[in-house]
Parts: sequence; structure tokens; C-alpha cells
Amino acid sequence: MSERDNNMNRNSLRDRGPGRGPHGISMPVEKAKNFKGTLKRLIKYLMPMRMRLIIVGGLAMFSTVFNILSPKVMGKATTKLFEGLMMKLQGIPDAAIDFDYIAGILMILTVLYIVSALFSYGTQYIMAGVAQKTVFDMRKDISEKLHRLPLKYFDSRTHGEILSRVTNDIDNISNTLQQSITQLITSIVTLSGIIIMMLTISPVMTLITLITLPLSIFITKGIAKKSQKYFKMQQKMIGELNGHVEEMYTGHKVVKAFGYEEKSLAAFQRLNDKLYNAGWKAQFVSGIIMPLMTFVSNIGYVFVSVVGGIFVTRRVIEIGDIQAFIQYSRQFSHPIVQTANIVNIIQSTVASAERVFEVLDEEEEEVKGNEIPVQLEKIRGEVHFKHVDFGYKKDVKLIEDMSFTAKSGQTVAIVGPTGAGKTTLVNLLLRFYEIDDGRITVDGIDIRDLTREGLRSLFGMVLQDAWLFKGSIWDNIAYGKTDATDKEILKAAEMAHVDHFVRMLPEGYQTELNEEANNISQGQKQLITIARAILADPFILILDEATSNVDTRTEIYIQKAMSELMKGRTNFVIAHRLSTIRKADIILVMNEGKIIEKGNHEVLMEKGGFYSDLYNSQFLGKPA
Amino acid sequence: MARIIKELKTFTIPIIAVIVLVFIQSLSELALPTMMSDIVDTGIVKGDVPYILKIGLWMILVAAIGTLSAILASFVSSKVSSGFGKQLRYGIFFRVEGFSLSEFDQIGTASLVTRTTNDITQIQNFTVTALRMLIRAPVMAIGGIIMAVSKDAKLSLLLIGVVALLSVLIFFVSRKTMPLFKSLQKKVDRINLVLRDYLTGIRVVRAFNRTKREKERFHEANLDLTGTAIKVNKIMALLMPLMMLLFNFTSILIFWFGSVRVDNGAMQVGDLMAYIQYAMQIMFSLVMMTMMFIMVPRASVSAARISEVMDMKTSISDPQLSKKVDARGFIEFKNVSFCFEGAAEPVIKNVSFSSWPGKVTAVIGSTGSGKTTLMNLIMRFYDVTEGKILVDGVDVKEINQKVLREKIGFVPQNAVLFTGTIADNIRFGNESITGDMLKKAAEVAQANEFIDHMKDGYDSEISQGGTNVSGGQKQRLSIARALAKKPEIYIFDDCFSALDFKTEAKLRNALKEYTRQDSLIIVAQRVNTVMDADQIIVLENGAVAGIGNHKALMKNCEVYREIVSSQLSEEEIA
Repeated sequence: MSERDNNMNRNSLRDRGPGRGPHGISMPVEKAKNFKGTLKRLIKYLMPMRMRLIIVGGLAMFSTVFNILSPKVMGKATTKLFEGLMMKLQGIPDAAIDFDYIAGILMILTVLYIVSALFSYGTQYIMAGVAQKTVFDMRKDISEKLHRLPLKYFDSRTHGEILSRVTNDIDNISNTLQQSITQLITSIVTLSGIIIMMLTISPVMTLITLITLPLSIFITKGIAKKSQKYFKMQQKMIGELNGHVEEMYTGHKVVKAFGYEEKSLAAFQRLNDKLYNAGWKAQFVSGIIMPLMTFVSNIGYVFVSVVGGIFVTRRVIEIGDIQAFIQYSRQFSHPIVQTANIVNIIQSTVASAERVFEVLDEEEEEVKGNEIPVQLEKIRGEVHFKHVDFGYKKDVKLIEDMSFTAKSGQTVAIVGPTGAGKTTLVNLLLRFYEIDDGRITVDGIDIRDLTREGLRSLFGMVLQDAWLFKGSIWDNIAYGKTDATDKEILKAAEMAHVDHFVRMLPEGYQTELNEEANNISQGQKQLITIARAILADPFILILDEATSNVDTRTEIYIQKAMSELMKGRTNFVIAHRLSTIRKADIILVMNEGKIIEKGNHEVLMEKGGFYSDLYNSQFLGKPA
Repeated sequence: MARIIKELKTFTIPIIAVIVLVFIQSLSELALPTMMSDIVDTGIVKGDVPYILKIGLWMILVAAIGTLSAILASFVSSKVSSGFGKQLRYGIFFRVEGFSLSEFDQIGTASLVTRTTNDITQIQNFTVTALRMLIRAPVMAIGGIIMAVSKDAKLSLLLIGVVALLSVLIFFVSRKTMPLFKSLQKKVDRINLVLRDYLTGIRVVRAFNRTKREKERFHEANLDLTGTAIKVNKIMALLMPLMMLLFNFTSILIFWFGSVRVDNGAMQVGDLMAYIQYAMQIMFSLVMMTMMFIMVPRASVSAARISEVMDMKTSISDPQLSKKVDARGFIEFKNVSFCFEGAAEPVIKNVSFSSWPGKVTAVIGSTGSGKTTLMNLIMRFYDVTEGKILVDGVDVKEINQKVLREKIGFVPQNAVLFTGTIADNIRFGNESITGDMLKKAAEVAQANEFIDHMKDGYDSEISQGGTNVSGGQKQRLSIARALAKKPEIYIFDDCFSALDFKTEAKLRNALKEYTRQDSLIIVAQRVNTVMDADQIIVLENGAVAGIGNHKALMKNCEVYREIVSSQLSEEEIA
């Protein structure tokens, strides 16, 4: 009986994870690369709670043992009943059923059941704490780790990939801790307990039941193998079909404009057919495991009934023993299936844990510990690049031996076509990435000798809308300075021309910004980032002039606000406006991620290279 | 839900077959304890070994029949559920392919994708379980009750009491846990949200040294989630032992009262043994049914989302009689206004202009001024609210959509490429073009150079979403695709933005040559893209603020002058 309740328990709680639910054993499981090592590490996480775990193990064991004892005890009552009845039938005088004895047995049973239930509740109750506390720690560790990882880590992975490790994988671990560990103990105890109990009743009948054991293992294994093939195929087809759907829906406009609907439908039908074929086979093959297992167990049942019946007539065993034996043999195959299931679940859990540990093992941003503290009052904001080499990949150098000086108050313009890799400079200046060779200094101090926090506190930034977060306009501006007063925030908003449009919004500064906020235009978002930078009042400024998607009036405000902001600072401008470029003290020309030319406007024009080409084609409207 | 169940009608016969098969299987399961009780009551009591053997053989036969039916049922139900999924999936995809852009706006592309994929998988999985358990559970319960009553009607009163108690228990527990499960899900979402925020804004967070704040936010969400998770799991920990206790007490009670009846001669021992097994079967079936009820709400959410798509009517349909069109390359807007469904303010207001072969029309204006919408109207992705659009002299509503769109070569703002080779992508609208034409299109689009640089040239594979080519390359391929179609009207919707100025200038020059016979509409934000056009339409807030060439507009259009002065310096304007 107990095996079935565990099954149901599982279904209700964990049909979220992959490979769970009724077809647990027949679905392919993902395996860990280093199973042993990861398992050891996972166990280490549990070590602080080992006392509780030992208690859980003990409780689970006792609960199961009591459960196993009960059919045998119940059988005694049946025997007594039967004996009394037989005596009455045989006409023995004064023959009666010994109800006192039966009542006594039933009382014992009641106690057994209650104790077993209490223990089983205890295990689950304690495990709830253990499992959740463990994954709480894991989540905490991983979150803190994420704050120490270099940007390189995030840029080379999708958000979904990282998120799934913090949520899905940890969820998987939590479910397994909650359920599978106790189940594993229960299953093993049940299995051995049942065999012992059956042996005490009748070794011959036990032998008959045991014969069914290899049969069920054989069937399960054989079918599971076959069904895995189909499940893999199904998974692949689902992937392909989803790919097609996504592609056709996102490209809907193009599909229609080019009259591609029929071909798209035909392709869909082809994939849908294939999915159907793989799908029903996977379903069918995995679906026959249960009936076959039941059949094997039923055959055992029949043998037990027949052989047991014959034994009773020969007085080898008692009638109550058959009843007990039937119950035992009924329970027999389930722990086997369940153990196989749990082995799979543990495999996928260890794979999940491995992915979590992978994150925890990533190389962190280097912290030296002997950094020079930033003395704000002495900062002038002079930036030096000295023979700087850099590349995102080891073998592709984007910047080679670059040197230049931006004196305090000067402007460096970065010029080049869209996608030319202009964010590289931001990455280097703020030490999101480390340079490969050379030095970058601020006021003569190598930026690697400063703490990252100290360095970043010198900079202000005005980039695209991705630089705002979900929250009110007020909070977004206030983000620029830790303890800004309301007055300061308002002043910054006024200077950046944010104030006048915010006042027209129904919720004013409390208007929430989010991805779909249509109440605020791109240009207005940019004004907000300018206000934030004004509030931060940095020594060095990095700003992006890109103004596509901005209406003309806002554009004028942005220009005004930007030139206000740039006054008296060292500026790095991703430049789009000719006036900015021509006025710049240094122009860095970028193409395909590389800095290819450097100098001021006159020098570069004279050189007649990429910059002069770009300049001529842009502003004269003719190919160079 | 009902709407989706109706779709199952195609599978009526197989479903009936499954029900019959499951019924047979359940009967065989129920028959075994009965036959066992015969062994006890007749065989053992009388010591009749041949009788025991005979019944044993019958039992194997019954078990075999049961297994056979179960396997057959699994076969049929697998085919039904997969077939059902296939049918729904095709139904949805077919519908969505016919949708106009307003339906896409209404539901959202991402949501449509989920509905076609995940939601249908959900329904399909639900069907599998329903066919396996939903049918089996009641059959087992009813069968169990019939057998129990037939063995001993009076004892069954006890059973009814227990069943009632069990139902009450299930009801209260689920009422208590359901909201907890919901809030658990919410808290998981919250953790996700906090983390996603951090990931998207990571540069801001670090640049402003706000790591601590993010850590605190995560910690709070983590604590909150853990608290609820512990609570939920502790309640769930209570449920199973309680249920088991109820089951076990039932068997004790049955045994006690049963043995009294045995003593009275109202019942036999074997019957009592069988009876306990029936009771267990009935209760397990009940629990199984509740599991189904837990699944139903989830499936019905998916079902509702699917039905919504199924019931949605396409707002744009072909005319019954498509008019024949002889001319080529003419477009005329006659007092066109357009308002999105449910919107208060029209996005296009009384726009009139015309374009004919050999002419370049440019549309300029700030974001949200209605440029893209104007283009969508020409291709009839939406229907105009007022006025008329004529293509080659015929109202677009009177032309078959396919015919209309065959005339137009469209380059969207966001370049979309599809899985397949570069050649496949260029041939997308016209599979019959020759290799030379294909190369010519690529050349004009300034794509030939980088294509030739690729290892497999025109046979290079584009990965899904075109992630293996750069933004500028994507745009150029998307332009080549429109050129290869050799249409009579070209629409370039702000599609030069990812090109550097040099490439753009080259492309525009080549384009002039290639499209000499055709009508060209270019939407742009950059002044230098539109400066040479024959006519420039300046849009502001959906209305025409001016039409004319650069010179004329500089003279008499304030809005245009503003745009120009914000982009070019004084000397360039002159």
C-alpha cells in the first residue's frame, strides 16, 4: 500500500521537473559529467544538517518496518477467524470465534498504524526544513557569486541559461531532497523487509514470488531502452517544430509580404507528422510498462493464491498467512520500479547540481586587496591609454598598442558605423573587462590599482534605454547618487529638461518605467539617464549621442542637456553629430570592433583614410 | 475547456474503444480478488485441490485478458492523444498563418508561439493522463462498489461513511493548499524577476556601485520563497500519512465488523478478504480522481488560451471576386485615415499622395509619426478606417491579397531571416529565379562581397533568427530578398539604419539603376537618405506636414527644417 501513496505524492508535487511523472523510468535522463565528485559536493552541502538527516533516516526506516509488520499481524486475526469458523462448521461443541483475541490483534494494528504514520509525517516534516534550507543556501551562494563574476561571463551566455540554473536546476535539487531521499530509504527497507517477512511465512512461496523479480527487471529495462529512443526523437521533433513556429510567427510580416504561407504550412505539416509518429510511439511504448508489470505481479498473485491454497489444505501454512503473503507480493514490484525511478531522478539531480556548481566555480573578478583608495578631492580626470592591447578572444586583437591622452576637460569622440564595437571602450574604462597589455591610468594611477567601486565612482554614463531599470522615474534618477536629497534630484531633473515632461504625466515622478511603457518616449528615457548622470556629478563622462527614434523637439532638448552635462568634465562621446566630432580633441575611428584610426579632424582628413571616406560619404551623399 | 473537448469529436470511436478496453481491464482486476475468495471459501474450506488449480488457471486467463486490454488501450490512447495534439497544432498554425497584423498585435507574437507549442503540449499531456486515469478511476471505483455491495450490502454502509470522510479531507486540504501553491509560484516568479533585472541591467548596477542593493533584493525574495516553501511542504507532509491512516483504519473496521458477520454466517472468510481489497481499490480510485481535478485547472488555462486563437476571426479576408489589374507600379492614397482597434486617436490622419513607376517617394518623420503603419496599409496588413488606397488603379480591398503582395517587394525595419542557406533566403519570395538574377540582387544590395567571403558562399547556412550574420549583413540580405522578387513596387521601411554611410550610399546608387522601371517608397530617419528623392512626405503625428522635394520643403515646411537642422550642421544645409 505504502508504495502507491508515495507514487501519488510524487505526482502531485513534482510534475514540474523534466522526466518526472508517470513515465519517469522511460524518459532519457541527462547525466552529469563528473557524477562522483558532484555527488560528494552535494553531500557536503547537507553536512551541516547531518544530525537531522540521520534522524530522518531512522524515522523512515521505522515507519516502513511498522508498515511491513502490519499485514502479518492482520493475517493472524484472519487465521483466528477462520479457525473459529472451521471449528463451528465441523460441529465442535462450544466452538466460537475468539473475538477477544481478534480485538487484541486489531488494537496492536491500530497502534502500529498510528506510529508508522507519525514517523512518516516526521520524516517529511524534517525534510521540508532540510531541503529548503539547503537550497536557500545554494541560491544565496549562487546569487552572491553572480555579483563577483566578470562581465565576460554574462556576455558569453544568454540570460535564460543563467536563470535556468538559479531556478530550474535548484528547484530540481529541492524536489529531490524533499522526496527522493526518503523514498530511496523507504524503498530499500520495504524491499528487504518484505523478503524477510515472506520468508518467515513460506520459503517456497517466496521463491515463486522472487522468480517474477528478474522478469520485471528484464521487462522494465528492455522497454525503457526502446522508449528512450522514441522520447529522444520526440524531443528533437518538438524542437524543430517549435523552431519553425517561432520563425514563421516572428517573420509573419515577411511571410505574408512574400506569399510564403503555403510553403510554411507544408513544412509545418511535415514536421507535425513526424512529431506525431515519434510521439505516439513514445507514449505507447512507455505506456505498456505498467500493464506488463501488473501482469507479472498478477501471475505472482495467482501462484500465491493457488500454492498457498494447497498449502493451507495440507496444513503447511495458515489462511491468514496467505492474506498477508498476498499483500506482500502485491507490494513487491513497486519498490523495484520506484528504486529504478529514483536512480534516474538522482542522476538528473546530480546533473543539475553540477550546473549549479559550475557557476560557483567560475573565475571571479580579481581583487588584489592592496588597492589605493580614491581621494575625490584630488581627482582631475585625466585619462591615459599607454600601449594598450585588448581582444575579447585570445587570438583576435581588437586594440593593439594604442596610446593617447585625454586631458582634464577634453573630449574624445568615438566614431564608426553601427555595430562597430564602440561599447568596448566603456568595458575597458570601467574595468568590466581587463586589458591584455599596457596600462590605462586616471591621473597617473593605473586603474588596476584602484578598487572597482572607487574607479566606477569617477565615471558617469549616458547610454541607451537599456540603462534604465524597472521602477519609478524618481528612483531611476536617484540611482545616480546614494544619498541624494529630494532637492538635488529635482534640480538634476530640471537641468536635464526632464521636469517639464514629467509634470505632464498623470503620476509625475512616480510613473513606472518598464519595457512596454509607451507613456515615455525613447528620447525622454534618454533625458532621464542624463539627469541621473548630472546628479552623479562624475569627473569623467561616457555618453552616447545616438538619437535615432527621437522626435525633433526632444532631440533639441537632449543636445542642450548633453552640452550642459559635458562642461568641465573629461568626455568620451560615442559621436554621431558632426559638430561634436569636429570639435573633439581626439577622434577614435572604429570599424568591426577595431580602433583603426586616431587623431583630430584635420589630421584624419588629411590622411585620406576610412574617416575621410566616412565623412565624405555621410555628408555629401555620394560614394567615395 | 468545452471548446477544446469538442475538437475531440474526430476521435469518438477510438475513445469509446479506450473506455471499453479500460472497463475490461478494470473488471479483470476486480475479478481476481473474487476468484481468490472462491479459492478460500470453496477450495480451502473443502480441501479441494483440483478446484484450486482450476480457479488458478482461470485467474491467469483473466489476468492475461486484462493485460491485453491494457496494452490495446495504451495503443489506442497514445494514438488519440498524439493525433489530437497534431490536429490542434495544425488547426492553430493554419489559423495564425491567415491572421492579419491586428490579430498579432492583439495577442502578441510571443504568446502566439507559446499557444502553438507549450499550451498544446499541455493539452496533449492532459489527454494522455485523462485517457489513462480519468476513465480508469471511476470505472474502478464503480466496479469496486458494485462488487463490494454484491459481497455484503450492509458492510458497505461503513464504506460509504469512509468515502465521505475522505472526500471532506481532500476538500479541506486542497482548499488550504491551493492558495499556498499559487503564492509559491508567485514567489518563484519574483526570484526570477529580481535576477532577470540584475542580468539585463548588470552594467548599470556595477557602474553605479549598487551591487549591495541587488544582493539585498535577492536575499529578501529568497527568504520569502523559502518560508512559503517550508510551509507548503510541511502541510503536504501531513497529507499522506493522514490518508494512509484513514485507509488502514478502514481495513481494521471492515475486519472487525466483517468478522462479526462471518460469525453470524452472513459472510464468508474469503469474501471478507476480497472485501478489504475492494475497499482499498475504491479509495485509491478516489484519490486518483482528485489528482485529476488538480490537473484540470492547469489544463483549462491552456485550453482557454488555445480556444481564444481558434475563435479569433481574421479581420482581413480576400474579396469574393478579385479584380483584374493590368497596370504596374502605381500607388495612390486617397484621404486615408487609420485607427487601431480600440484606440481613441487615429494614427494616420487624412493622408493623400501618389507614386508611379520611375519615381522615388521618401517618408520621413519622428518615431511614432506613423511611417511604418502607412507602409503596412499598402500591403493590406491592416485595413484603412477611412479613405482608399489604390494599387494600379484598383482598391486594395478588391484585390486578392496574394496578387497584391506579389506586386510589392518589401524590406522591413527589422531584418528577419529564416533557417536555410543564403540562397534560400534570397529566393524566399520567388523560387524560380536564375542564379544570375540571384547574384545580381545580392550585388545591388551590396551583399555579394561578404557572401563571397564566406566559406560556402551562397550555400552558407543561416542559423535560426540569423544570429550568425551581423545586423548590417542581415539588412542587406533582406534587401536582396526583395530585389530578387522583381516586383513593381518597392517598400524600404527604414532598413538602412544598420549600414554605414558608405555602404548605404553605394547601395542607393545601385538601386537607382536596378529599379528604374519601378515605384519606390523609402522610409527613413536620416535626412541624407531622403534628400535626393523625387518627393518627400513629412509625417507628423500621422498627418502630412508637407510634401515636395528637399528644396521646396526647406522653403515651406517648418517640421522638415527642424529635422534637417537637428541632423546637419549649417554648412551642410547650405
